Amino acid sequence: MQVRLHNPKRDVEMTGPLRVTELVRSLGLNRESVLVIRGDSLVTHDETLHDDDVVEIRPVISGG
Amino acid sequence: MKCKPCGQPAVIDIPRHRAAFCAGCFTTHCQEQVRRAISSHRMMGHSERVLVAISGGKDSLALWHILVALGYKADGVYLGLGIGDYSDLSRDYAERFASSHDLTLHVVDIPTDHGFAIPEAARATKRVPCSACGLSKRHLLNRAALDGGYDVLATGHNLDDEAAVLFGNVLQWQVGYLARQRPVLAAAPGFARRVKPLIRMGERETAAYCVVNRIDYLVDECPMAAGNKHLRYKETLNAMEERSPGVKATFYLKFLDEMLPVLDDVAAEERALVGVCSRCGSPSSAQVCAFCTLVERVATSSAR
Repeated sequence: MQVRLHNPKRDVEMTGPLRVTELVRSLGLNRESVLVIRGDSLVTHDETLHDDDVVEIRPVISGG
Repeated sequence: MKCKPCGQPAVIDIPRHRAAFCAGCFTTHCQEQVRRAISSHRMMGHSERVLVAISGGKDSLALWHILVALGYKADGVYLGLGIGDYSDLSRDYAERFASSHDLTLHVVDIPTDHGFAIPEAARATKRVPCSACGLSKRHLLNRAALDGGYDVLATGHNLDDEAAVLFGNVLQWQVGYLARQRPVLAAAPGFARRVKPLIRMGERETAAYCVVNRIDYLVDECPMAAGNKHLRYKETLNAMEERSPGVKATFYLKFLDEMLPVLDDVAAEERALVGVCSRCGSPSSAQVCAFCTLVERVATSSAR
């Protein structure tokens, strides 16, 4: 699956099936600090992502 | 996961509430959190005119959307900080939201109106950029609320922001800052009432609220904020939250209930020290307020 990351913006390829929790953990991220969006919809941490999914991992922490 | 209220497939789980929500129930849940914050802290009434500080980011746009949904008469004010492309983009998001929701957005542009940009001010004053930015925002947003005749200024500070500020203030035992860290700062001569209706929503929730309600916001972080202390505190708190869901909310909300009343005397002493800036007439505990001092230093630095 294609996974879009921010800060810096980049795309990485991951192999499915993969649970959202595992994806976030494998990228070294904290689940509190990101949203996972498949297509244009949010997904919960127990969802399974597949090879044909396009996923965005969007950071939610702002520093202002 | 299933939505806790309705049993439909969920789109977001909130571990601290031990609940997951579908898009519709999540929207209702967020609006209820804001309604509770406003009501329990007596932030404002429906007949009052509200000015919402809008940055183009998730928190301020979610706040504006929720206040309007709850029936408040809320206009927005955008403050241009002069931070290159970031400021141009953030203004676009703010203006597009206002226009698509038929809302009034006032724009105050610091470079145009005051002749300097935040990066320049930070250099001239040898402050970190977030410090120069924060004091400019406090001064100019307050001025915008007073000049516009608004009853209350609402800002998008969320639970994570407040928990991180509290964490920093406790680490250094900044008792004066702790006494002032309130969800409502009452109106006083020269001060508009300031309220923080998002104190019951984490920033993951404000971002999710925007996604499920198709609110387009600027995802990119301010380039000046990278690596600041506030972000480090948030990372620390989130590491604890992941292991102990609810710890951030308990830390901050218990502070409001248990600690702030103990600090009432300190807050009263601080208020008694506030005078008037000899240059602009704004409230200040020094002869010249921090914003006028900053403007003067930028002017001196530019003249060299």
